[in-house]
Amino acid sequence: MGGFENSLNALVLLANFVLVPALAYGSQLALGAVGVTLIFGILRFANFAHGDTMAFGTMVTIFCTWALQSAGISAGPLPTALLALPVGILATIALVLLTDRFVFRFYRKRRSPPVIYIVASVGVMFMLNGLVRLLIGPDDRKFTDGERFVISAREFKQSTGLAEGLSIQTTQALTIGVAILAVALLFWFLQKTRTGKSMRAFSDNEDLALLCGIDPDRVVRVAWILAAVLAVLAGVLYGLDKSFKPFIYFNLLLPFFAAAILGGIGQPVGAIVGGYIVAFTEVTATYAYKQLAVYLLPSGWVPDGLLQFLSTDYKFAISFIILVLVLLIRPTGIFRGRVL
Amino acid sequence: MDEEDIRKALTAFGLIGLGLVLTGLLQSWNAALGVLNLCLISGVMALGLNIQWGYAGLFNAGVMAFTAVGGMTAVLVSYPPVVEAWQVGAGGLLASVLALVVTALVTGFVYRRLPAGRKRFWLITLVALLGYLVVRSLFGEAVQLIEAVNPARTGFLGGLGLPILFSWLAGGLVAAALAWFIGRISLGLRADYLAIATLGIAEIVISILKNEDWLVRGVKNVTGLPRPVPYEVELQQSDWFASVISWVYSGRLENAADQRAVLAELMIPASSIFVKLCYTGLFATVTLLLLVLANRVAQAPWGRMMRAIRDNEAAAAAMGKDVVARHRQAFIVGSAVIGLAGAMLTTLDGQFTPGGYNPLRYTFLVWVMVIVGGSGHNLGAILGGFIIWFVWVEAEPVSLFVMRQITDLIPMEPASAYHLMASAPHMRHFVMGLVLLLVLRYSPRGVLAEK
Amino acid sequence: MGVLLAGYEMTGGYGGPPILQDCTITAEAGQITVIVGPNGAGKSTAMKALLGMLELSAGRVELAGRDIGLLSPQERVAQGIGFVPQTQNIFTGMTVLENLQMGAFLRADDGAEIIEQLVQLFPVLAEKADQQAGALSGGQRQQVAVARALMNEPSVLLLDEPTAGVSPVVMDELFDRIIEVAKTGIAVLMVEQNARQALEIADRGFVLVGGENRFTDTGQALLADATVRRSFLGG
Repeated sequence: MGGFENSLNALVLLANFVLVPALAYGSQLALGAVGVTLIFGILRFANFAHGDTMAFGTMVTIFCTWALQSAGISAGPLPTALLALPVGILATIALVLLTDRFVFRFYRKRRSPPVIYIVASVGVMFMLNGLVRLLIGPDDRKFTDGERFVISAREFKQSTGLAEGLSIQTTQALTIGVAILAVALLFWFLQKTRTGKSMRAFSDNEDLALLCGIDPDRVVRVAWILAAVLAVLAGVLYGLDKSFKPFIYFNLLLPFFAAAILGGIGQPVGAIVGGYIVAFTEVTATYAYKQLAVYLLPSGWVPDGLLQFLSTDYKFAISFIILVLVLLIRPTGIFRGRVL
Repeated sequence: MDEEDIRKALTAFGLIGLGLVLTGLLQSWNAALGVLNLCLISGVMALGLNIQWGYAGLFNAGVMAFTAVGGMTAVLVSYPPVVEAWQVGAGGLLASVLALVVTALVTGFVYRRLPAGRKRFWLITLVALLGYLVVRSLFGEAVQLIEAVNPARTGFLGGLGLPILFSWLAGGLVAAALAWFIGRISLGLRADYLAIATLGIAEIVISILKNEDWLVRGVKNVTGLPRPVPYEVELQQSDWFASVISWVYSGRLENAADQRAVLAELMIPASSIFVKLCYTGLFATVTLLLLVLANRVAQAPWGRMMRAIRDNEAAAAAMGKDVVARHRQAFIVGSAVIGLAGAMLTTLDGQFTPGGYNPLRYTFLVWVMVIVGGSGHNLGAILGGFIIWFVWVEAEPVSLFVMRQITDLIPMEPASAYHLMASAPHMRHFVMGLVLLLVLRYSPRGVLAEK
Repeated sequence: MGVLLAGYEMTGGYGGPPILQDCTITAEAGQITVIVGPNGAGKSTAMKALLGMLELSAGRVELAGRDIGLLSPQERVAQGIGFVPQTQNIFTGMTVLENLQMGAFLRADDGAEIIEQLVQLFPVLAEKADQQAGALSGGQRQQVAVARALMNEPSVLLLDEPTAGVSPVVMDELFDRIIEVAKTGIAVLMVEQNARQALEIADRGFVLVGGENRFTDTGQALLADATVRRSFLGG
């Protein structure tokens, strides 16, 4: 094997095990974190129920997917869940608007401190958690169907003649595509439409927004709807890419929060950048670089170990470490979010 | 506490007592005492959280972490040291700690000596990276050696072999140290950051406890922790216990044909109840002690200042109060109490199972306890612990019972009946959330309201 | 042209003891009216009372002869009162143009015509249209804030200490602009710390002390009054 071919193999290896998975995971985190940051910017609290909202929407989508599958309807090479997605999104929009009406609105009218909202969101989280487990159970669910790969490792090896294969799963490609589309639409909405601008104004300076005649109830409603749409997208894409398990979805709260704070809380652009940074850090820090060393180092130099910075069991630690570093070094985050 | 409070507290505790008696009659006395013991531990947890939330208005989303480090401390204090593991691994561990210290020192040296800039940044990154790799390889080797020592039974360093009661204090201290660290980074920023940081530390503490087998065996669990109370088998063989039992059941024994056999039969459940009662005595003593302490502190100038800060942070800060320092104190003290409760819990279980910690049960349920019991009211928090624990435990048999009635009444396919039965336990999550929201909205000061 | 906005015998505060006592403030179309007085005299409170930001226990507020006492601040804005708060009076994270568009939120059209008119008055709006408002200097921010309030074509403009924290040169420039605004027929009412300079451009001045009216006269007369000068204008 020549040195050039080794370097190519090393590149493909990195792309296959680091770049593509991290891009997909980062897209899922970005979608979730934008939802968290939107609610934060408009309602000004960290929503502990976001992970379970995501689980709820994904659950509805899964039920709907099963119904479609048993009716023999499919989306061809794409996962059937894509067809079921609108139902999940609508159900979740209804859910968050109901919880806002019956839970959060009360505290908004009384101008309660943010901690009270957090406690209330814990209540909502508990209820949703119970509901999801009651309806679909606490176990792992896989609902991916359709064509498995866009590019499979075998095809790649055959066509390039390299020892390493690059595989891109349909769900990964789909995740990245949907995320780009959703984020583009979101920014168009926030930057160009009247309602979107009024939301940015409300997030920027609530009192002045009220003086401009911006209707707070409407702004809050739109924020919930956007958060719900993004949460279901994130949840379904995550579920397609990996699998659906209520507890895991709850646990995604931490990377969401870490991404949102890293980017500057209340700043949608920040949340997206934050999502990708968290995902890339997580994947690069838990990847075992042994094989890479085999390609790049002279044969005598390759160490024995896995060459892994951190065991995969500690991937949540990455989010936390990022969070701690941000809080210590720059609490306002990259894009200067609000800090009190 | 005024008269109304006392009346309410008596009524509420009376109702719980009644519930426990009913449990005793319908299920078993053993079960009733089991619930009571966990009620007491829950009360202590809620008391700790109340110091943070009720007095300082701090949102701690990592109660589970403090409970778990308390439990870990129970193992580290009470389990006998695994001498062989120390022999093979201590050197390596020490070396890795040394390497860590050297890395930190060199990093600090570079940081102080070089002017700020790109060069310093990269040099520090390089030093930290190299240091990390050295530490990790030394550490990994030591860990492998330790975990290889009799892995089926130990495979970890063991503990100090001290009486487990010491761990209650030590658990509190370790939890306090953890709280100090978290408080340092996230207090003084906006309130949400503490919530998020504690949520994060909880995940990490649990994943460390699950994965670092050399420390407390990870998911292989540590069982057979020494007890602070007698063992059932010992009791059954002891003469004094036999005489106590024969005195209690003197009536029944007189009429029995084979007195020795009947006595032996009676001693089996009695010994188990006696053990539980011993725990009850210990836990109740701790609970009362902490309650008295917490009430004294609450009435002392410190407590008044805490409430003043909570009710108007800006005004208190304007008056020259160091808000962040006070918050840190409340956070540390509260976490210490939670750590103590965690150590008590592991003591009661006699084993440490890191896989069993989940945030709904160990963090957010404690929140429901405090909100329901009465934020800012110490006895209220303990009462909340009793009520919610009782409901949480009893909700399962009750909902199973209800589901069984439903499946019996309504004809349905076995699969869906099974699904319904299997999902019954999850109802209680839903109920807990609902209770939390209802109390927060309609009676935000809880059962026993702060004056 | 008569009195446009008026609060008569207003009494009220923020829940505690009343800050305003029988306080009367009126503003006429095309005129500049200023409220001056020592710290804690209730100047800003009087303005907030006119806007409906505190509850009055007595007195009434009228806009063009109609009682608006029961309207919320937002409804009063919709009725034609523009308000520029003392601080946080712009959307710092949005561009200057977007700030103006938010000011036009209640309008049926997009306010492009008004923007053209306002640019005549505040050229900085055109120069910095696409810049983040938060990146502007203090004086420029105040101009954006005033322009934002004018987007809704109010009949009354309330300014809460528009010159707080800006240099004397900028203050003069701002006052010039405010005179221009009043010339368009808008009733301008402002609270000012810089009492002497404000009274110089004022058609009418209200001197408040302890929440009560102490002196009320034309700006020139107040400036000429020895007592007012001694007590409130530093000699």
